Amino acid sequence: MTAEAQVVQVPLWRVRLGLFAKAMRTNWALFTENPIGLLGLGVIIFFGLFALCHPILIATDKVTFGLVDKPIWDPVIYDPVSGFDMEIAFHPSPPSATHLLGTDPLGRDVLSQLMFSTRYEFALGLIAAIVTMTIATTIGAVSAYFGGITDMILMRIVNLVMMVPTLPILIVLGAMMEIGMLELAIIIGLLSGFSGTAIVVKSQALTVKVRPYIEAARIAGGGHFHIIFKHMMPNLMPIALLYMMFIVNGAIAYEAVLSFFGLTEIEMSWGLMINTTQYFGYLLRFDTWWLLFPASAAISLLCAAFYLVGRALDEVVNPRLRKR
Amino acid sequence: MTEQRILVNIRNLSKLYPASTGIFSKSDVFVHAVSKINLQIAHGESVGLVGESGCGKTTTGKLLTRLIDPTEGSIELDTEDGVVDIAQLKGNALKRFRRNVQMIFQDPYESMNPRLTIYDTVAEPLNVQGIGSVPEREERVAQFLETVGLTPASSFMFRYPHELSGGQRQRIAIARALVMEPRFVVADEPTSMLDVSVRTGVMQLMQDLADRLSVTYLYITHDLAVARYMCNRIAVMYLGKIVELAETEELLHHPQHPYTKALLSAVPVPDPTFKRKPVVIKGGVSKPINPPPQCRFYPRCPLADDFCRDNDHPPLEDKGGEHFVACYKV
Amino acid sequence: MTNNDKVLEVKNLTMHYMTRKGPVYAIDDVSFYVRRGESIGLVGESGCGKTSVAISLMKLLPDNAEIINGEILINGHDLVPLSDAEVRKFRWRHISMVFQAAMNAMNPVYTVEEQILEAMRLHRPEMSDKEMDEKIDHLFELVGLDPAFKSQYPHQYSGGMRQRAIIAMALSCDPDIIIADEPTTALDVIVQDQLLQKVRDIQRQLNMAMIYISHDIAVIAEVSERVGVMYAGQLAEMASTEAIFHHPIHPYTMGLMSAFPSIVGPKTELVQLPGEPPDLLNPPPGCRFHPRCPYATDICREKPPEFKEHAENHYAACWHPGGES
Repeated sequence: MTAEAQVVQVPLWRVRLGLFAKAMRTNWALFTENPIGLLGLGVIIFFGLFALCHPILIATDKVTFGLVDKPIWDPVIYDPVSGFDMEIAFHPSPPSATHLLGTDPLGRDVLSQLMFSTRYEFALGLIAAIVTMTIATTIGAVSAYFGGITDMILMRIVNLVMMVPTLPILIVLGAMMEIGMLELAIIIGLLSGFSGTAIVVKSQALTVKVRPYIEAARIAGGGHFHIIFKHMMPNLMPIALLYMMFIVNGAIAYEAVLSFFGLTEIEMSWGLMINTTQYFGYLLRFDTWWLLFPASAAISLLCAAFYLVGRALDEVVNPRLRKR
Repeated sequence: MTEQRILVNIRNLSKLYPASTGIFSKSDVFVHAVSKINLQIAHGESVGLVGESGCGKTTTGKLLTRLIDPTEGSIELDTEDGVVDIAQLKGNALKRFRRNVQMIFQDPYESMNPRLTIYDTVAEPLNVQGIGSVPEREERVAQFLETVGLTPASSFMFRYPHELSGGQRQRIAIARALVMEPRFVVADEPTSMLDVSVRTGVMQLMQDLADRLSVTYLYITHDLAVARYMCNRIAVMYLGKIVELAETEELLHHPQHPYTKALLSAVPVPDPTFKRKPVVIKGGVSKPINPPPQCRFYPRCPLADDFCRDNDHPPLEDKGGEHFVACYKV
Repeated sequence: MTNNDKVLEVKNLTMHYMTRKGPVYAIDDVSFYVRRGESIGLVGESGCGKTSVAISLMKLLPDNAEIINGEILINGHDLVPLSDAEVRKFRWRHISMVFQAAMNAMNPVYTVEEQILEAMRLHRPEMSDKEMDEKIDHLFELVGLDPAFKSQYPHQYSGGMRQRAIIAMALSCDPDIIIADEPTTALDVIVQDQLLQKVRDIQRQLNMAMIYISHDIAVIAEVSERVGVMYAGQLAEMASTEAIFHHPIHPYTMGLMSAFPSIVGPKTELVQLPGEPPDLLNPPPGCRFHPRCPYATDICREKPPEFKEHAENHYAACWHPGGES
């Protein structure tokens, strides 16, 4: 009797929380075994802090709660979109004490632009990734579970979307309509969600579907909903998370390309910085390296960081890849 | 047999699979996985279903638990609402019936979701069927864990399957199968993937629980030696048909069907001084695809003659003392 | 078998796997020998080390496995210190193996004939193509397969046929000793029986030494002259088949015998062995069987017993052989 009484005393949610924490600790240990994972994570955290710095530096009272009476960066000069430094004769100007990465042809501080855009890059990546994974996981699970006609129809749709190359479509859409950050994220999400990722998720779902525990769930009386959400989804989450990393990678890159061509209606982004450089004819000049290099480096680094994290996550998700 | 109440009455049960698949093509070639079988299982009995791979025993088990739907025939189950043909059930009635029939799976490693705790796994039937409140479920799960020998329950409840051994996992599978106190449990090779020294414990547990909770078992196995210990009656299947059905010791010591004789003589004996005399039968087991109307064992049978070939598969008949054989030559 | 010609002699073999959590002592100080033409059985449960012994003998160890002590003498030559290139001269030619689950041992994109030829070309380069061809036909007949099947692909064979093909492959270079690792586990009873008879006939016909590995003592009883019982990476007992079955000394062997149901004879009571086989990351101190042994005393918990002769040609590692205190 006492054994049962003890069991009931600890509330179920508390137990589950404890188990979750333990699982996270194990996963963290596995993740950190591979140094590239830590490297990628480090870069992401760096950029995260980078993005956070901007509102602090260019602070208005609301952000700093009145702690600083004058922002470190005067918005008139340092605003990424509309700032202009009148004290410097010629723009673009090379890096100096007041402008650590120099100014762009329109007189705006490059570092400020870089910092400001970071939040949008993250947001873009995240939204695109979430949209993609929601669609891909649903299609994959439903397709695998029901099979038959449902599977056939969904796979045909996926194949149709896959046939169309993403970048040209984005370019055409960019020319046809006004694409802001949110719209771009959703469009990329839709295009990626209905493509290869769905197929990967589906094949993973298929391996789950044939496991005896699904039969056991059915015999217990579980219906379609129960099996898909209680059994298949948790087993699909790891691979979904993994692919999210790669989607973020792709989204940032696509945005950079589109902005470079001026097809987006975004206030400021890294791609737009390169677009400005090109527009004013400074693209292929090495003496104005600060115009091209920081933005390109930022894009490459953040994309690479997400990719590395994805690779390290792969070892957590795929037990077979782990070292014994 | 007739004095005991019948729990499961299987009549003319068949399962046919189309041999060629495709959404737009119609197939007229079928694999007769289970072919018009008849079997009665009484309350409290333990019936063994033995045979080699492809004989249809696993399919029968899946039909009885409605994991797959029968092509024809009926399965009458004696439930608290009277005799119900579970072959025809759909929807909510089907869901309710599941409280009466459960299954123990072969693979202790794969029959549990590795991401769910032991509690979640054993409580799943209660959860899905909406039985009891959450604290009540916890208590029942703990109770059953102790019943299957996993004490103290609290140290097992919130562990994960990979932390436990095969024998322990199989005990959990048994707990899960029994947590709703079903009347009928189909055990599909529950011990074949366990180590020998662990097997005995699980087998004894199942027998123990059969007595205590008055559960009726259908024990599916290819291992006749294990069937001997677990079952009071054994049915031998071949290519979708039951070819012999008798009480265990009777079947083992006085087999009548040529296939049963061959099967029994092929089982290795753990005694180096025992000289086995294997009955040689030609050929190998094949798939019963559109089988011709003759005895299914005809191509391999040492006793077969033209009569066996020209007539349909012999019916399962009582040859005396409730010993049923499907053979013209007996 | 009165000759003392030892084809294989294993002395104090110790092997471990390095895992993330530390070393797993898969084989611990195992010694035994096999004479020419003799068939011995190695029986035990999962994790006892019998398959580890097989792959160690063939030196087909995975990267994280290491033989840290011992000798493996094939016709007097020690394989342990040899490099992979040197060991290759012994594999298939002097010692070969029939793997579990033949489906995994054959390459699905090559015909069976091609695969056997590959082995023969590597190890018997002196044979001409015609000789090899004839040899394959002969091998197929020996294992009970129609030689016409040799040009087919593995997936076209049934399970029993594949197993026979694997045996033919293992015999192709006329080895002195063959290791059969659970060759009939995945097969149906009747097919298993046919194969067992075949294996026994071939072994006698070719006077070839054989190590038959299985968890099924019934099969071992029918195929082997001597039996080694393994537990937790060690040899618990080794003796003639008759002695092991009728006069077991080690409590594990005794427990194993009474845990196996049989379809002949009266229905005897099955005795359960309590507990589970130990985790080889952290094996119990002293005798590894002591947590499950009904006769265990203090010395069993502290000192590992020596594997020595207790009766004629009957070895066991136990402080209380036969169960007496």
